Amino acid sequence: MAERLLTVRDLSVRYGKVEAVYGVSLSVERGSIVSVIGPNGAGKSTLLNALMGVLPSRGSVEFCGQDLAKIEVEQRVARGLCLVPETRQLFAQMSVADNLELGAFIRYRRGDKAIRQSLENVYQLFPRLKERHGQLAGSLSGGERQMLALGRALMSQPTLLMLDEPSLGLAPLIVKEILKNISELRSTGVSILLIEQNARAALQISDYGYVLENGAVAMEGASRELAGNPRVIESYLGFGG
Amino acid sequence: MDLSIILILAQDGLTNTAIYVLLAVALILVFGVTRIIYIPQGEFVSYGVLTLASLQQGVVPGTVWLLLLMAAVAALMESVRLFSEGALRDLPAALARILLLPAAIALLIHFCAPLRLPLGWQVLLTMLIVVPLGPLVYRVAFRPLADAPVLVLLIAAVAVHFGLVGLGLLFFGAEGVRTPAFSSAQFSLGALTVSGQSLWVYATSLVAIGGLAWFFGRTMYGKALRAVAFNRNGARLVGISPSMAGTLAFALAATIGCLSGVLIGPITTVYYDSGFLIGLKGFVGAIVGGLASFPLAALGALLVGLLESFSSFWLSEYKDVIVFTMVIPVLLWRSLSSVHYEEEQ
Amino acid sequence: MMRRGGLILFLALVAAVPLFPAFYLTMGSYIGLYSMAALGLVLLTGVAGLTSFGQAAFMGLGAYTTAVLTTKLACSPWLTLLIALALTLAVACLLGAITLRMGGHYLPLATISWGISLYFLFGTIPALGGSSGITDIKPLNLFGLELRGEGFYYYLIWAVCLASLWVTGNLLDSREGRAIRALKGGVSMPEAFGAGGLRLKNIVFVYSALLACLAGWLYAHMQRFVNPSPFGLNQGIEFLFMITIGGSFSVWGAIIGATVITLLKTVLQGILPTLISHTGNYEIIVFGVIIVAVLQCMRGGIWELIERFLPPKADKPIGQASELPARVQPPRGAPLLRVEEVRKEFGGLVAVKNVSFQVAAGEIVGLIGPNGAGKSTMFNLISGELPRTSGAVLLAGEAISGLKPAQIARRGLSRTFQHVKLMPGMSVLENVMLGAYLRTDDGVFAAGLRLNRASDARVAAEAAHQLRRVGLADSIYAQAGNLSLGQQRIVEIARALCADPLLLLLDEPAAGLRFQEKQELAKLLNELRDQGLSVLIVEHDMEFLMNLVDRIVVMEFGQKLAEGLPQEIRANPEVLEAYLGGI
Repeated sequence: MAERLLTVRDLSVRYGKVEAVYGVSLSVERGSIVSVIGPNGAGKSTLLNALMGVLPSRGSVEFCGQDLAKIEVEQRVARGLCLVPETRQLFAQMSVADNLELGAFIRYRRGDKAIRQSLENVYQLFPRLKERHGQLAGSLSGGERQMLALGRALMSQPTLLMLDEPSLGLAPLIVKEILKNISELRSTGVSILLIEQNARAALQISDYGYVLENGAVAMEGASRELAGNPRVIESYLGFGG
Repeated sequence: MDLSIILILAQDGLTNTAIYVLLAVALILVFGVTRIIYIPQGEFVSYGVLTLASLQQGVVPGTVWLLLLMAAVAALMESVRLFSEGALRDLPAALARILLLPAAIALLIHFCAPLRLPLGWQVLLTMLIVVPLGPLVYRVAFRPLADAPVLVLLIAAVAVHFGLVGLGLLFFGAEGVRTPAFSSAQFSLGALTVSGQSLWVYATSLVAIGGLAWFFGRTMYGKALRAVAFNRNGARLVGISPSMAGTLAFALAATIGCLSGVLIGPITTVYYDSGFLIGLKGFVGAIVGGLASFPLAALGALLVGLLESFSSFWLSEYKDVIVFTMVIPVLLWRSLSSVHYEEEQ
Repeated sequence: MMRRGGLILFLALVAAVPLFPAFYLTMGSYIGLYSMAALGLVLLTGVAGLTSFGQAAFMGLGAYTTAVLTTKLACSPWLTLLIALALTLAVACLLGAITLRMGGHYLPLATISWGISLYFLFGTIPALGGSSGITDIKPLNLFGLELRGEGFYYYLIWAVCLASLWVTGNLLDSREGRAIRALKGGVSMPEAFGAGGLRLKNIVFVYSALLACLAGWLYAHMQRFVNPSPFGLNQGIEFLFMITIGGSFSVWGAIIGATVITLLKTVLQGILPTLISHTGNYEIIVFGVIIVAVLQCMRGGIWELIERFLPPKADKPIGQASELPARVQPPRGAPLLRVEEVRKEFGGLVAVKNVSFQVAAGEIVGLIGPNGAGKSTMFNLISGELPRTSGAVLLAGEAISGLKPAQIARRGLSRTFQHVKLMPGMSVLENVMLGAYLRTDDGVFAAGLRLNRASDARVAAEAAHQLRRVGLADSIYAQAGNLSLGQQRIVEIARALCADPLLLLLDEPAAGLRFQEKQELAKLLNELRDQGLSVLIVEHDMEFLMNLVDRIVVMEFGQKLAEGLPQEIRANPEVLEAYLGGI
């Protein structure tokens, strides 16, 4: 059995008096892609934000064998956790190159000398970003922004990359390209926790999947099995009867 | 009024401008990074002058005690926090981080103050005392309020202003001071006589602004500060901690304030409470820039500086009234020209 | 009962102060004056989420106006009161008009500048007596009788102060007051019910300035002498400290804060200089420390502590009242909403590309599409939150595109919010009452003097009726923030219904709801349709819509992809492709 990278036990998140996620347990093994699918408002984004420490939560989150309770967002980044949120959170008034460079902020603090090299690698992965390196991030198209968000995340050399709806609002062709990029990332040693409304695509590129409904895990299993499960097909892969 | 008077007034105005630009930059920086309307910025100007004046007299400046006091308060707050979190075993390291530097600075000053070192060294010592006060103020007063709305931060800023002015009175008394000029040279350029001190002010201000431009445009930490100002959440997600950025911004602001004080010390008499109005004039400049644009703020500072020097010639009693009333048309212009946005609390 | 007991105790204390030595009387008068200025600030800062450093300057404006006019022109003090108030009104309107449209931090900056300018003017204009001020101001007179004596002014000040307290309390508990209390959550919610945010902010700012001016006028006639120092910026800052310490969310915070700061200042000014063996205003150090500590540890101030020990306020019973006038609803099937070729561009990005569709009276239409399809933008174009680039939106035959949300609300559109926008600290009933903002027209004056009782009772009855209609009769007095998300969504629907809309616009009402809650919501919407209501729902959740709506409009990439009956949409291959994605 492969090494457990992320282990979440009984995680609950509250928004004020409202519980948005309750009792969720899941795990990600090193080197795998895990997807979380489910309807809008099921708590998928809330889950990722809680794992990142952006939202306070109860329950335990263990990453690389260490408990993440009381660990701030920035320190989670330093430990190799990285979130690309649904809203992307780029620095719109700064250049593409600056955005990417800032992605490596924690490595810079550590005195990492290979940042230039990483920048070249990202440019290789997304040649479009190289063409636009001097442009302001705010002037990019939706697909380019998504590439920049991914690129910026990769600059931190994460151990676990958490992607929230990477295909959101993109034309089908670009979605295909982005998803291809994501499945290629695995070969670079990054593990990925993926949230997608595009359930079919998510199950296609992932190894394992969870179905989140009303804030709780309704089903889980190997992606291939989930893709063949009649209930999943009915709810997420087709309208059925 | 003839040309020579105009030139003299313009020269005065430019000297003021050089100071206000620096202050406006600091205010915009702090506001962008921490959303704090940093009313106490002016206190660092007066602390700079008063500290330098004490060193001139070979006395240990009161700000040294303030530094130790603030560090002690910070240490106490940290102890309480660690105690409540049950992490007392981190306490020695945390206390050392907070207390060692201020203690070392205090010791150094204790030995150096009576030596009456040359002016340049004294300026350096002044910076060494005043600059760490900035991050300490952030740590003690503002960091625990990091998630508070702008309004609460503003009230806290005003409270800190009260506290620092009162402490200035306590440590330095009500006497005004002037510090010696960096240069007593005079240069004649036709009808105009330029003092060496004004040249020092211009040059220092230009170098400082150039340095800041390099810092924000070229260095990782400078870019990180801008990133926090543009998008706080995005910055956290790449590992830039808001409290690190806040500490850095406050350190820069304190440096700028102290430097401004050292520059104007020889030009005007400074009292424990003079910094406030000087800082507010920097604010008027910053408002012209919408608390966001550095170039527009510089233009605003120029406007304030010139308006001040020319109105002090014609209507010296109304000098401050004119400068502060200028805010109204400036705000009107901004209100009509800027895009309005809503601030959710 | 305990609340009433506390109030009686407080009034008895106020009445009894003159029995103590004269020193306490003077202190008491000052506290009364400062309470009035602070009261304005509570409304501005604690309630509406704005702030001003100009209270002392407005007080100075009141004091100096009457000082100059009564001594130089021998005006009657009663006339100067009117003049002072008019002058304050003009200045406050000007400052408000200039700054309130911009971000919240410009008002404090503008009032700092204005406070400093006015202070310097008081000190430099020779006609105002310079720094030595104006002396020999006439006392107040009534029918030729001069009113003197410290006791008299003490009672006068407190009478005015308590009256201000009563008026302010009344104002907050009124139609405009509910809208003002909603401002803190942003202007989009009150505007969706027809309450213009800018207008409300101006009202609050002017009201608080007038209270300060009134205090200044009283001050001048009590002291019979004015000089610039009590009206400087530091005093303006101290008012802010008063409400911070006392509690900025309640009118009582003003009185508590004024008392604490005034007494503390007197005590400190006695002790500190002897302690330090120098004279100087060292008390500001203590104030600074206390305020920072209060902000860090108990942001609700002292009143919040007291409130903890008081029993909750008694619920106001809802009496019988005549119904509010209602709109004539169009006959079922008549065209109600027409969206014609609406287009929205952000910079170069086209978010909505010439979309057209219709909603007929009495039907529920669903607007669906994957995330990022532009349906939220479409929603905002209809509600007026965003201006359209081209095209037209018509409601009951009248063009509403180009109008502001408040104007659109007036024409019969009512909405809910995707991220619930309720006032969490207010009761469910009060939240729903805000929905009827446009159905009565009591102004600030009527509200302050409690002349709005009859119409407010009608609004309360209507709100209670709507809450019963949506099945929340049991939660009328609950705090809105204590309800579950599903219930909060339904409160929003009740609030929208309270506006008596032609068309109800729902923004992702099912998002975040549990299965059970979704079913209840669908059941409610079905019932409402049976009662003749027209609804447009923007929603992502297909399952939720399928059994609920009459027709569906599908959007993708800013365009209308399909339109039809639910079963047609279900079978449409293009929709399947867009919604489920294919690789």
